[in-house]
Amino acid sequence: MATESQDTPESLQDRRSAFSTKTAELAVAGLFFLFGAIIVFDSVRLGASWAEDGPQTGYFPFYLGIIICLSSLINAARGLTLSGPRNRPFVEVGQLRLVLSVLIPSAVFVGAVGWLGIYVSAIVYIAVFMRWLGKYAWWKLILVAFGVSIVFYLIFEIWFKVPLPKGPIEAWLGLD
Amino acid sequence: MDEIQSLMHGFAVALTPTNLGLMFTGVILGVIIGVLPGLGGANGVAILLPLTFSMAQTPGGQTSAIILLSCIYWGALFGGAITSILFNIPGEPWSVATTFDGYPLAQKGRAGSALTAAFTSSFVGALIAVIVVTFLSPIVASFALEFGPPEFFAVYLLTFCAFIGMSKEPPFKTLAAMMTGFALAAVGSDPVTGTLRFTFGSVYLLNGFDFLIAVIGLFGIGEILLTLEEGLAFKGASARINLGVVLETWKELPRYWLTSLRAAAVGCFMGIVPGGATPASFMSYGVARRFSKNGDKFGTGEVEGVVAPETAAHAAGTSALLPMLTLGVPGSPTAAVLLGGLLIWGLQPGPLLFVEQKDFVWGLIASMYLGNIAGLIVVLTCVPLFAAILRIPFSVIAPVIVVICAIGAYTVHNSIFDVWMMIAFGVLGYLFKKLHYPLAPMVLAIVLGDRAESSFRQAMLMSQGELSILFSNGLVGGITGLALALLLWPLASWLWRRARGD
Repeated sequence: MATESQDTPESLQDRRSAFSTKTAELAVAGLFFLFGAIIVFDSVRLGASWAEDGPQTGYFPFYLGIIICLSSLINAARGLTLSGPRNRPFVEVGQLRLVLSVLIPSAVFVGAVGWLGIYVSAIVYIAVFMRWLGKYAWWKLILVAFGVSIVFYLIFEIWFKVPLPKGPIEAWLGLD
Repeated sequence: MDEIQSLMHGFAVALTPTNLGLMFTGVILGVIIGVLPGLGGANGVAILLPLTFSMAQTPGGQTSAIILLSCIYWGALFGGAITSILFNIPGEPWSVATTFDGYPLAQKGRAGSALTAAFTSSFVGALIAVIVVTFLSPIVASFALEFGPPEFFAVYLLTFCAFIGMSKEPPFKTLAAMMTGFALAAVGSDPVTGTLRFTFGSVYLLNGFDFLIAVIGLFGIGEILLTLEEGLAFKGASARINLGVVLETWKELPRYWLTSLRAAAVGCFMGIVPGGATPASFMSYGVARRFSKNGDKFGTGEVEGVVAPETAAHAAGTSALLPMLTLGVPGSPTAAVLLGGLLIWGLQPGPLLFVEQKDFVWGLIASMYLGNIAGLIVVLTCVPLFAAILRIPFSVIAPVIVVICAIGAYTVHNSIFDVWMMIAFGVLGYLFKKLHYPLAPMVLAIVLGDRAESSFRQAMLMSQGELSILFSNGLVGGITGLALALLLWPLASWLWRRARGD
């Protein structure tokens, strides 16, 4: 990999490959194969042939599953031939870190929606995200996080009358 | 001229104050959606679709709802150009080709003329496509009234074979993605007998996978993850459009009338056959470069290089509604989401729509003329405002977009499980995008799965399981033959290249 002279050891670390494209191709082809196999399996269980009154429930999906399995095998075979410069890094360490730094908080946010409601979770999520990745001052976090939640509350609950999940804090405030 | 009369009636339906208001709201929302990373036509419409559920219950509300949603689509088509030209970041996949000459123009300080050229040619492309839709769709619809299950299945087959034959992605990846879409659509209850399948005892899977959740996850969350890889900062040229620049550019544009016409033709064709706006824009850029006198200067900031892809993208995006309305087969992912909306509101897309829902169909077609005029006015006057949205740092905009996507996914069925599914689809979207698995055929398959399966099984019942029914008469045989030809196209061209030895 071509690097420039001003690269610090840390940025070199970031440019390392986390996964190669080959690994990713094989993993995704494997996922497809697994999915296709599940479909074939359940289609056969339900009956994938021709009954007296016409095609059975599994008749159409059975062939879908077969095609998924076959094409994932071909994709995996093509993935195996990747080597040398064509086997580029799928994702670099630094990139993967950025992607996970969005994905993990987002998953935590979705988990929190179940018991805190969407508005409180959104305030915390936006504030933490801005603090962590943006290093904003406290007053800015509070302004943006509360502002966004209040705007959503007005749009969904008041204007369109679409109720969103709410938690104990809304109940305590009497907004439920 | 029945069409003119129907169209005038449509204008009467569309030109109410409420509908005009919805039109401008839709366009403004659409441009914002088009400008923001992670939100685009397909998932923007998907997120806002639940808000129209109650609107569609009122009399005439279905027309208002489709006007709002289709105007979001037009807005998103316009908005993609802004980020391409000013920031060199295509806001939408179909504006990638616009960056080639748009961004160099902006760097030369001609951002204003690049934007004016992009917006005007978008408008021209859309206008030509709407005229095509106006006059061609009644013909296609009356033709399709004769269709039975075998013909409809053949049309679905043609749609999906076209994806394999015309896609730039490897054919077996397209096939895997598409069949996975069909299989996801099959989860839940069997559309013919009602038997449960592939649920493995889970209550969450009883209703199957909703395409809205898939669209929000694949395109929304997936896109945010991809954008993040590029880092957190956007750097862009500043934008100001004044009347002088607009008039000056408009004086220059008629010179490229031939390029525009060619681009619109490519666009309409690619939109009606499900190729979509993205390949249309690339193809049109390539064609323009080959035919232009200044072809060798393309890529250094030629206005003509902005005109060609923008005209084609907008023409394709607009004409994608033609097969959706007349056959119930959408030509693009966003048209697929609109089709899903029609189904949810209780309308059956397809040829009968032109007989039974005249107000709806012609109201929509009339609103396509008006919505694009509204779009042109909005983008020409508000560019600095929209460009300012892009200057909001990503660490602020990313969590807000995730929250919007989560709300959109939740409101579809009021279920938190759906929000988890959205995150899962987001990860899949990220992996698929990076490995060149195409998302559009997968989404179309999820939307059309049940209908395709029903028509296949009905056709099989008619013929007692003989596949030969797909060749039983000239019409169905012709469509099936064309489908198979498209399917085998990659193989044929591969063999041809092998035979020539390169």
